Amino acid sequence: MSLDTTVETAEPVLHPKMQGDKVSVFYSGKQALFDVSLRIGANQVTSLIGPSGCGKSTFLRSLNRMNDTIDGCRVAGKITLDDEDIYDPDIDVVELRARVGMVFQKPNPFPKSIYENVAYGPRIHGIARGRAELDEIVHSSLRRAGLWNEVKDRLAEPGTGLSGGQQQRLCIARAIATRPEVLLMDEPCSALDPIATAVIEELIDELRENFTIVIVTHSMQQAARVSQKTAFFHLGKLIEEGRTEDIFTNPRNKQTQDYITGRIG
Amino acid sequence: MTAGWVIAIVLAIGAVAWFFAVNRAHLQLKSVRGAGGQPMHSLPGYHGWLAFLSATLPALFVYVALSWGGLTLTENHIASGIAPTITQPAERGLAVGIVHQVMAALDSLALDVPPATYADLKLAAAAKNLLLPDTGTDDMLPLALEASKTAATTRLLAAIAAIALSALGAVVAIARIRPRLRARNQVEAVIFTALIGASVVAVLTTVGIVLSMLGETLRFFSSVDPFSFFFGTVWDPRFAAAGSSGDQGQFGLIPLLAGTLYIAFVALLVAVPVGLMAAIYMGEYASARTRQTVKPLLELLAGIPTIVYGIFAMVTLGPFLRDLSAALAGGEPFIQAQSVFTAGLVMGIMLIPVVSSLSDDVITAVPRAMRDGSLALGATRSETVSRVILPAALPGIVGAILLTASRAIGETMIVVLAAGVAARLSLNPFEAMTTITVKIVNQLTGDLEFNSPQTLVAFALGLTLFALTLGMNVYALYVVRKYREQYE
Repeated sequence: MSLDTTVETAEPVLHPKMQGDKVSVFYSGKQALFDVSLRIGANQVTSLIGPSGCGKSTFLRSLNRMNDTIDGCRVAGKITLDDEDIYDPDIDVVELRARVGMVFQKPNPFPKSIYENVAYGPRIHGIARGRAELDEIVHSSLRRAGLWNEVKDRLAEPGTGLSGGQQQRLCIARAIATRPEVLLMDEPCSALDPIATAVIEELIDELRENFTIVIVTHSMQQAARVSQKTAFFHLGKLIEEGRTEDIFTNPRNKQTQDYITGRIG
Repeated sequence: MTAGWVIAIVLAIGAVAWFFAVNRAHLQLKSVRGAGGQPMHSLPGYHGWLAFLSATLPALFVYVALSWGGLTLTENHIASGIAPTITQPAERGLAVGIVHQVMAALDSLALDVPPATYADLKLAAAAKNLLLPDTGTDDMLPLALEASKTAATTRLLAAIAAIALSALGAVVAIARIRPRLRARNQVEAVIFTALIGASVVAVLTTVGIVLSMLGETLRFFSSVDPFSFFFGTVWDPRFAAAGSSGDQGQFGLIPLLAGTLYIAFVALLVAVPVGLMAAIYMGEYASARTRQTVKPLLELLAGIPTIVYGIFAMVTLGPFLRDLSAALAGGEPFIQAQSVFTAGLVMGIMLIPVVSSLSDDVITAVPRAMRDGSLALGATRSETVSRVILPAALPGIVGAILLTASRAIGETMIVVLAAGVAARLSLNPFEAMTTITVKIVNQLTGDLEFNSPQTLVAFALGLTLFALTLGMNVYALYVVRKYREQYE
């Protein structure tokens, strides 16, 4: 396992849940990501930061092969989940996405009831045996997403009728109802107000107990608040990664320092 | 002076006015700049166009109005001059027609001394290959001469008025030019009015069509009981010989309506599943490149004239199905060459691109975030389509189907050729039935006068069809609009 030597690494992650090895991504032949190698520790929050267009979202989307849905997108290198290559032809992409869930930048509840939104994943994967068990999964997912008290009396109402912050927590509930092992979050708070953001950040911290979380964020304060590990991307390259407190207090790379002090970005 | 000349002169005055106005405005602009005062409100070009419009528009309006008035005056003159001994309205109409022919003949002969009798005129005209009817009378000659004089006088008056008004408009517009004149805003107002006028034309045309159909329909209902039209089950409009009275035949709408709806239903049975699946393939599965090729190809189907489909149904598919059914049944064919099935099948093929293109719009309008959300939960594409995309797009798809259905109901050429003309009530799709549109064509084919119920029924049928498709279109638009509100 050779980590790219140009990337400056702090202490190694002891139990990497996912691992990228020299990952490059091309959109219609144009390279967007250059040889990124990154380990993602189990039950940790890893935040990916960097200016717009730096490739952090691209890297995130290649972790559950959502890039496959984009015409002309090609991924090179190796990404493993529990030491299994997720781009191996034997891997079922549908199964992979059930194990690696995703929450998007803009809340995207389906135009269905709150209950049906959360039950969507368990239904298609046949997780629940019978109605009672499905109810239990929906209720506990809503509870873990911190939404239960607000919606318990109106589960039959459309999910699109909730406020922005509630919608995003509904999407988180929907993602965790499928019982994924890894949860990818693509700027989950960028469309929310500060109060809703604080609620989600608290939630992320709680979810860490059961899930491995990777979060893309534009807010450095958010990265500092919620993550244990931070990776800084710039122009499609991974510049520096390490413990969050080290990155923010004592960055070893000049570009990282410039970014977190607001000189580039 | 012909209308062409008058219009040309008015336009020429307008062009001259434009030229002078632009020049005058330029001079004012220069002097205002030199004095360092307030700048001109409008550029010289606007002053030019304002002068052009004020020289042409009122003049042309007045010309059209006066010409129209002169025409009415002449017609009244002729109508009141016809010998009072002729009483029948139809015969009076005929006589007016002859007077017009006499006027035309006198005009083209251009004799110094008009002939004394109708027979002389007829002879003189025949020498120039102009044929006049035998039924003309001598008293029509002075009437035609007077009418010609009236027409010429009013035409001249209209032309003089138009040209005078044009010149006046030009002079006034040029004289009004001042640095602070808001020529720009006034030109804008004219353009605004013209645009409104264009959109009003479409609406007014629809209203006009409905009103004219309504009038004829009411005439039809004055001789046939509306109840027996709308609820009658027998269609048998006997073409009674002219002059005979009594039995008019029966005008029952039900068999035609049943045939129309039955054929439309079969067509939708073909078009909706195929078109919808094609739309799902194009919207959800096909790569961008495939989509760019397949979609125009499919829409090419919509460009084929429906009469071609009709010929295909009548010449190729109908006989083929008949022979096939004969082979299957081992003897007598159970599918007739002209049948509901054949017509519906071909109409369905014609409607596939309509359904697919309308539903494709609706399906691609479902936000990408919905697809991503479903795929990221580990759903397959078809699960995403059936559980997220289609439910979200359903109202729009229903609207698309309704729009398609109203196309199917109003379709004419395919059914004329492939469905048959027998108006009967039947549930067997392999027999011939007929539709409202086929019967409209039948009732109006040939040299007919619009005064018997046999022909007037076509208007009642047309209005019924119009009401039917209008209702469906309105409902479809309502459904589609309701759906749009969901994402915005």
